[in-house]
Amino acid sequence: MRDAENRRAGYVYLLMASFGTLMLLLAFGLLAGPDGDYAFSAIRTAEHVPWLAGLVLVLMLLGAGSKAGLVPLHVWLPLAHPAAPSHVSALMSGVMTKVAVYGFIRVVFDLAGEPAWWWAVLVLILGAGSAVLGVLHAVLQRDLKRLLAYSTVENIGIIFIGLGLGLAFKTNNMAGAAALAVTASIFHAFNHSLFKSLLFFGAGNVLTGSGERDIEKLGGLVHRMPETAYLFLGGCLAISALPPLNGFVSEWLILQAILLSPDLPQWALRFLVPASGAMLALAAALAAACFVRAFGITFLSRPRSPAAETAHEVSRWQIRAMYSLLVVCLIAGVFPGPFLDALSPVSQMLVAGAMPKQPILPHLSIIPISESRSSYSGFLVFFFIMMASWAAIRVIHNFASRAVRRAPPWDCGFPDASPVTQYTADSFAQPIRRVFGPIAFRAKISQTMPQPGDLAPARLTLSLRDLIWELIYTPIESAVLFAAERLNILQFLTIRSYLSLVFAALVLLLVLVATWA
Amino acid sequence: MGLILAILVQGIQMVLVLALAPGLIGFTRKVKARLLRRQGPSILQPYRDLLRLVRKEAVLADNASWLFRNAPYLIFATTWVAAALVPTFAAGLHFSWAADLIAITALLGSARFFLALAGMDIGTSFGGIGSSREMLFATLAEPAMIMIVFTVALVAGSTQLSTVAEFMVDHSTLRVSLGLALIGLIIVALTENARVPVDNPATHLELTMVHEAMILEYSGRHLAVIELAAALKLLLYISLIACIFAPWGMARQDDGVLGMLVGVVTWVGKLAIGSFLMVLFETAIAKMRVFRVPEFVGGALMLGLLGTLLLFVSRSF
Repeated sequence: MRDAENRRAGYVYLLMASFGTLMLLLAFGLLAGPDGDYAFSAIRTAEHVPWLAGLVLVLMLLGAGSKAGLVPLHVWLPLAHPAAPSHVSALMSGVMTKVAVYGFIRVVFDLAGEPAWWWAVLVLILGAGSAVLGVLHAVLQRDLKRLLAYSTVENIGIIFIGLGLGLAFKTNNMAGAAALAVTASIFHAFNHSLFKSLLFFGAGNVLTGSGERDIEKLGGLVHRMPETAYLFLGGCLAISALPPLNGFVSEWLILQAILLSPDLPQWALRFLVPASGAMLALAAALAAACFVRAFGITFLSRPRSPAAETAHEVSRWQIRAMYSLLVVCLIAGVFPGPFLDALSPVSQMLVAGAMPKQPILPHLSIIPISESRSSYSGFLVFFFIMMASWAAIRVIHNFASRAVRRAPPWDCGFPDASPVTQYTADSFAQPIRRVFGPIAFRAKISQTMPQPGDLAPARLTLSLRDLIWELIYTPIESAVLFAAERLNILQFLTIRSYLSLVFAALVLLLVLVATWA
Repeated sequence: MGLILAILVQGIQMVLVLALAPGLIGFTRKVKARLLRRQGPSILQPYRDLLRLVRKEAVLADNASWLFRNAPYLIFATTWVAAALVPTFAAGLHFSWAADLIAITALLGSARFFLALAGMDIGTSFGGIGSSREMLFATLAEPAMIMIVFTVALVAGSTQLSTVAEFMVDHSTLRVSLGLALIGLIIVALTENARVPVDNPATHLELTMVHEAMILEYSGRHLAVIELAAALKLLLYISLIACIFAPWGMARQDDGVLGMLVGVVTWVGKLAIGSFLMVLFETAIAKMRVFRVPEFVGGALMLGLLGTLLLFVSRSF
């Protein structure tokens, strides 16, 4: 079963990767021009015709987008990333997708010349679509690793929203705002590589410890895999954009960049930018729901299968490697200033502007534009939260009671000993599916209720349709199949027909050459 | 000297929100009871309840994990920090630049994250249903809040609440966008605080309960801390609405002790008026079915988006 799935994953991955590479080759071919000088310095100085540069952007979106997992070119990603061993998945989701982002930034911001404003429209739409669709898929997944893969699609979307904003500001010569957007976007790429690797390692630990990837069969791992639970929780907090961790800082910066966009002169952008801001906020909120579900069903509650009941913690070294990632997540969230400063040469090169130098004093806050507009100090927030919880614990334990008694769960007086009665992953996602499903997946539920007296079980079937697959890939697939079947005749012709075909082709080409000149 | 004074004011604010929060709950209960022609418990009853709960031993379910035991304190701490960063009686609090309005929203998001996880820890069906629905409401309430923040920030030119409050005092004009934002913010506040059309704070053992379902397994000091956090959240939202839409009377950075006192008195007055209006609304309306709530909160999201779009479009004129 899994083998067949893996083969399909490999096949789709192979097709999409070759398609992406083809698009990238064409893009570079267009950039290099007829002289064919592929050095970056030569491309940078060359004059690019506007419509050719636009074509390069489209090709880059197709090429780099398919490698990064941008909707609608993401289809291979949730198949291929979970199929690999977990540490390889971490590398694929955390690092490889960022290489595609790098390629996109390098070509579109650096090499392709002055951007036109409609580039930003295209990038923003694809980014916002990826963010929301990716996380909506992620909320409904039962396979822990596939859930993480879909969440990668979401985060790539967030990164591209930032890049789209950067393009919009760059074409309108708003260097400071463009620097903010691009810096935020690259910082988010960095953050995502940290927490997504951490989460994939965690999923790998769960797989090693229990042999199970289906969260519907897990539960209660917090007791048997305590350290993995700590680490996975840290990753969940970071990816759900909750302060004081790093995911929040980069999303906060992107939101700050959106607030600068009413000054954009183009009407299309003025409508699109707040809409993509709403999409970003929606994606962040859905991500929180998604990771509450992922952590809650996997690690909390009671074990739902013998595999979860007998799970064991993994080796010390596996845990230690993850601690290093969590520590970097925390540092990047609490002291983001130096990271942003380190990115200023990059934004200087890409959009000829930089964020203000982040002050060390007072209080290590970060300032996107100016102090009166907005500031955020991860350190102070972290410090206050720690102090407040510490104070609450001390006061209550010292002056009131610290007695604890263990008892059976209360559950309003009707506890049921069977773990089957718990909320499952599907039931947790049901309200979200019910609200967003009809739009995003054309979700339909049908019931068959047997007649009274009939002993057949009642059935409830749920149909979810992947619209992207149905509207884009299925038509392409059937077109290719149709063409292949028609062309198949050519394999079985007589030698005379082949010779006449060759002759006809020769004549056609000669005529073509003659008329071209 | 100035620094010490500023930190002192910030400290007073932190203590004041903590001290007044249970009183606010007591006040709303009293008003609600009077509106229903009942006598109602004393305003001080929530303080007594908290004291009673804190002194009791905590009963934990057999399979409760470390997360279940620590979550109440984290929920309390994040909510308290968020409440301390909203200007209540004085604008320009010393630490107000530590987190802007977006960060305050996210801090409340952190509290919700832990609360939802704590609801799932024991593995009872009530806890799961509460967490699941809480997260559903949050998926709409949070973007709605962000859009409202956008509207306010575009008008005031800042996401810092102190700056926003000072701007609103100086330039109090009627704007359509702000009106939309106000309605949206009220809807979000009702949702986030589990008030009547969305959830019933007085309910127990009802299939539609959300907030109460998540904290069903808590007892003793843990329950007390969570209840205090819920009270703080209500106080935070009323103060937030007052700070953005009715900032009059708030003390400035350089006002003396008298200004501060005036600020405190007007703030308490605003809290009373705000909670009275809320209770009036609650007694006049019936609770919604769970799947009507997304439409209600989705309305807030649309209002916020509309407010922002109006501002984006009107910039050019």
